[in-house]
Amino acid sequence: MYNAKAVTIGIIIFVILFTSPFWASLLGKSYKETGISLPKNEKECVETTDFMRNKHMQLLNEWRDEALRNENRVYVASNGKKWAISLQNTCLKCHTDYKEFCDKCHVANSVDPYCWTCHLIPQGSTK
Amino acid sequence: MLHSLLLVLLIGAIAWGGATIGLASLFGVVLPYVAVVVFVAGVVWRMVYWAKSPVPFRIPTTGGQEASLDFIKQAKYDCPNTTWGVIQRMLLEVFCFRSLFRNTLGEVRVDDPVNKGPRTIYYSSKWLWFFALMFHYCFLLVFLRHFRFFMEPVPSCINFLESLDGIMQIGSPRFFWTGGLLLVALLFLLARRLFNQRLRYISLINDYFPLFLLLAIVGTGICLRYFDKTEIAQVKVFIMGLTHFSPVGTAGINALFFTHLTLVCVLLIYFPFSKLMHMPGVFFSPTRNLPNNSRAVRHVNPWNPPKQYFTYAEYEDTYRDAMADAGLPLEKQPEKAAE
Ligand code: HEC
Ligand code: HEC
Ligand code: HEC
Repeated sequence: MYNAKAVTIGIIIFVILFTSPFWASLLGKSYKETGISLPKNEKECVETTDFMRNKHMQLLNEWRDEALRNENRVYVASNGKKWAISLQNTCLKCHTDYKEFCDKCHVANSVDPYCWTCHLIPQGSTK
Repeated sequence: MLHSLLLVLLIGAIAWGGATIGLASLFGVVLPYVAVVVFVAGVVWRMVYWAKSPVPFRIPTTGGQEASLDFIKQAKYDCPNTTWGVIQRMLLEVFCFRSLFRNTLGEVRVDDPVNKGPRTIYYSSKWLWFFALMFHYCFLLVFLRHFRFFMEPVPSCINFLESLDGIMQIGSPRFFWTGGLLLVALLFLLARRLFNQRLRYISLINDYFPLFLLLAIVGTGICLRYFDKTEIAQVKVFIMGLTHFSPVGTAGINALFFTHLTLVCVLLIYFPFSKLMHMPGVFFSPTRNLPNNSRAVRHVNPWNPPKQYFTYAEYEDTYRDAMADAGLPLEKQPEKAAE
């Protein structure tokens, strides 16, 4: 092998860089569940749990558009139930513990909703 | 072109179908491990293979004036003659794609006012440079953003990248610019091959295949984020299981996710055997990594056989007496040499 020194350094850098997902993950903690605390006195969410898990951000986007562009502040869920469209007063009425619910999941997945620069997290919710 | 498109679609379809009929762990667990091993081992093997090929002589390019007499201006970045100069050239190449920046396009203008007839003109063409640079930087950022799936806790620099990427706060989930621009850049690189006649003529399946593969990866990725959403938190649990070597169940994850993952694995497996090896290859390319100092330093071909020298002094020593007898002129007369 020619230039063995430079090439070896190159190979080492390459291997470290491209196995870094493994190192990075092994250095930190493991992540086996979301560890969120669900609302205690309620049974079901606005939509099915699966739908909420996957698409709650899209639902919120729809709510925002409905409320502010179409002046429609009532959301009819797929099971016919009616909900008042409100981020603070509907979602966070059931999900009272913002920090242990929304935030816990978001921080773990590096999501940072900018909503709270304007909207308020209701009092009493352990912020 | 069509073949590679069909091939990519077929891979996608197999992964999708496989994941729906319950083979998700094959595509989600076995394949990624195989792919990572093939990728790392394959690239190292190619690097060692390249390092074994000797490059005995400098290969100067005509990129610029080489170092010469004092009053001739040297093209410092394009034709360096020192190691430090080569490092600068390499950095410019890797981070700014300098050799693409110099790209020119030749064209025959049929009715040229200067020539009053046809004339060949060359002008600078920066499109390839621009979109190639855009593609590579967006790809880097997208790659780095994916580290949110590999790390717990997610470091703040990744958070920062995401907030920068979604700075326009369009929609929810927020639109990430790099993903969209990546798609645009790839479509340009593909269109270039399709609509430029000369380029199309020399394009082969191994040019189209990586393009379509990358398009498919980016496409499925964008779908997963904005349209056919999957549960991100579950995906993170799954991937953290993979990287901790204790795979967890695949329940609750969309088949499209496994299609995305499979396509990435195919890319990793394909990588060491393809033109994508220009990633490590640029560091091995003799026209980039050799200082042009052939006038200042003697380069000896390492596999030349050792030379058999017979100098004139030795020749005279051997045949001195015979030469003296024949009356030939000598540097040392026999009686002097005997002393
Ligand atoms: C620039 C400040 C601002 C930001 C950032 C913001 N909102 Fe709003 N939002 C408002 C205002 C103002 C209203 C109108 C309140 C009203 O008319 O009741 C509103 C109303 C809404 C509504 C409907 C009415 C209600 O009471 O909830 C929803 C839903 C909503 N926003 C969701 C969001 C989401 C989700 C985000 C983050 C992705 C967000 N907003 C970010 C300012 C903001
Ligand atoms: C009537 C009370 C109620 C309201 C209002 C409500 N939720 Fe829920 N939500 C629940 C309950 C109860 C669950 C747990 C359901 C389960 O485990 O099956 C849940 C589950 C969820 C989940 C899934 C958590 C998981 O298990 O991973 C998300 C995400 C969520 N809600 C978001 C929202 C958002 C966003 C809103 C506002 C649009 C909202 N919820 C409004 C009661 C509510
Ligand atoms: C089970 C985990 C989980 C829970 C619980 C959860 N979220 Fe999310 N949320 C996510 C993930 C993951 C994303 C990012 C989606 C993506 O990247 O496609 C997200 C994205 C969002 C976004 C869009 C952010 C952006 O700018 O892209 C908003 C707004 C949001 N969530 C609001 C909420 C609110 C409000 C709650 C609590 C009522 C909540 N979420 C609870 C996982 C969760």
